Amino acid sequence: MTGAHHVLALALFSGFVLVTLAITTLVGRGRRGSPEEFYAGGRLFSPMENGFAIAGDYMSAASFLGVTGLIALYGYDGILYTVGFLVAWLVVLFLVAELVRNCGRFTLADVLVTRLRERPVRIATGVSSVTVSVVYLVAQMVGAGSLMTLLLGGTGAWARAWTVVGVGVLMVVYITLGGMRAATWIQIVKAVLLLGGTTALTVLVLLRFHGDLSALLTTAADRSGHGRAFLAPGLKYGGDWTSRLDFVSLGLALVLGTAGLPHILSRFYTVPTARAARRSVIWSIGLIGTFYLMTVVLGFGAAAVLGSGAVRAAGAGGNNAVPLLALDLGGGPGSTGGTVLFSVVAAVAFATILAVVAGVTLASSASVAHDLYRTLGRRARTPRSEVAVARAAAAGTGAVAIGLGLLAQDLNVASLVGLAFAVAASANLPVLLYSLFWRRFTTRGAVWSVYGGLVPAVALVVLSPIVSGAPGAVFPGLDFAYFPLENPGLVSVPLGFLAGWLGTVTSPEPADAAGHAETEVRSLTGAGAA
Amino acid sequence: MEKHDRRSSGGSAAGTIQPTALDIYSEVQRGAAFREVRRRYRRFAFPAAAAFLLWYLAYVVTAIAAPGLMARQVAGALNVAMVAGFAQFATTFLLTWAYARHARLHRDPAALELRWAVSLETRQDAAPVPVPAPAPVPGVPQARRAGAPALRPRGEHR
Repeated sequence: MTGAHHVLALALFSGFVLVTLAITTLVGRGRRGSPEEFYAGGRLFSPMENGFAIAGDYMSAASFLGVTGLIALYGYDGILYTVGFLVAWLVVLFLVAELVRNCGRFTLADVLVTRLRERPVRIATGVSSVTVSVVYLVAQMVGAGSLMTLLLGGTGAWARAWTVVGVGVLMVVYITLGGMRAATWIQIVKAVLLLGGTTALTVLVLLRFHGDLSALLTTAADRSGHGRAFLAPGLKYGGDWTSRLDFVSLGLALVLGTAGLPHILSRFYTVPTARAARRSVIWSIGLIGTFYLMTVVLGFGAAAVLGSGAVRAAGAGGNNAVPLLALDLGGGPGSTGGTVLFSVVAAVAFATILAVVAGVTLASSASVAHDLYRTLGRRARTPRSEVAVARAAAAGTGAVAIGLGLLAQDLNVASLVGLAFAVAASANLPVLLYSLFWRRFTTRGAVWSVYGGLVPAVALVVLSPIVSGAPGAVFPGLDFAYFPLENPGLVSVPLGFLAGWLGTVTSPEPADAAGHAETEVRSLTGAGAA
Repeated sequence: MEKHDRRSSGGSAAGTIQPTALDIYSEVQRGAAFREVRRRYRRFAFPAAAAFLLWYLAYVVTAIAAPGLMARQVAGALNVAMVAGFAQFATTFLLTWAYARHARLHRDPAALELRWAVSLETRQDAAPVPVPAPAPVPGVPQARRAGAPALRPRGEHR
């Protein structure tokens, strides 16, 4: 590693930071104060703008670095991630996006309180949304740290720690200054950069193999050291039945989790109508689908060009496959082309991380201020004081994520994100679907459903090999891994649905018929939408 | 936006108009026009959601339970697993298109009329309505009314 690409990458990245800071201050000027503005950006984005912003929020470092790394290391098993990430959007499109836009205002709880008792429901979904966001943030922080290590070579732990801290501080600045309007524009810029960078690399990979996909796959299989097995499922999840079940668990979490992610739900409030929400999702499905198809090419490209061994050697978990691929495609280490391409890709990856972190932090600060503070706080609340709390909450969330991000540095970013999806699918999705579609659903059902999914999901992660008992775990020295699977979804998602049903049928109070009527009519017609 | 909180302050001084809004929702919910909108939505969304979830789960379970089948060669470097993966992408795009088309053709006009009607009724006590009211909701909502698209806000054109 020479010094040139460090300098260039840092310069490009600083450029992105400056541009986004400028956007933040420009769009945020004179508009601060109202919750409508801070959480929903004024609700006047167009479907295309919001579609790019959703794609920007969703295409995280986990996808760009983590999934390509998994494909480079394990071949086909990495593709299983991309399929889950994409198919999940059908759940959002069919069952969630329009109805949530019609019924809600800022957070998940806003949809529910039309027919359920406000206080317990806000507390429950507030807690679960913050939990999901923090896990998601940790994944992004690990990605940032891993990238920085690669960029600065062997300077090691300190560079990494400072990157994690720096990313955290920057995102707090974005959020407190600009709120949702700034976050949306940052996502749009980032989505364009990321798609541009990915397209360029994909074209270069295809050129290297003269457009022959078959040759690409065959070379990847040869250089992976696994032969044809590389192109079929089984290398990562095909061993014993524990790892196979782990995969089903992950698949379930991915496909059901997206619709429960707070930062995705909050994006639907930035457009004026349900129809616009639907069309933003259609835009984002197109963009995200294209992006994942390209990550498949990049993953196999990394295996074919670099060989899986080199990818593994460059960092645990394979998170650095794409930057290394860029270095090679540009002409190799030391060449100008390689340096430039590597720097561009590293800067794009940083931009990705920063933008996603900003979006997630905003969503979690909305949960803290709009759900938890409003219900738990004792003093009289005004909309302005709520926004002030949201800004403070952004800082708090950042601090927690930084702390945890420093702990969990050697895990694959994609598996970490899988955990966030599992928690979202277990705690947030059941209550949302029940509330929108089940006539008899009650407040007790809602509270049980949230905690009944959240507590098992978190407990099983703590007891899983991700936290202890395995070489790459957070606490490798300890062993309290009593739950064999890495992803809790297979157990905790059904538990969340079951608990919601159980709470409802054992509920002493009947369902609120008028509230149900209001939810149903509003969700499907848009009457009375904020 | 403050109207959103009216339910939690049920019996307050301003309560005289509050129950009306709730009654309207219940009334609309029982009406034929709304039930038609709901039926159309559910008849598409529920079976389609069940279908793609089953198809996805089948794919995942086959990947872990029958790796031999998935590794079978189809043509060149392509095997069954690759084809199935790309088929998942293809069906996702296809279903997205089908849903959008169904909503645009069979649901949007009727839902927009209902929205219009409900908004007028829930607001009539609070503030005078500046626009002349259109004809009352017809029992059969699928008739597309000429005036309706004028409500489209920014970014709704296609």
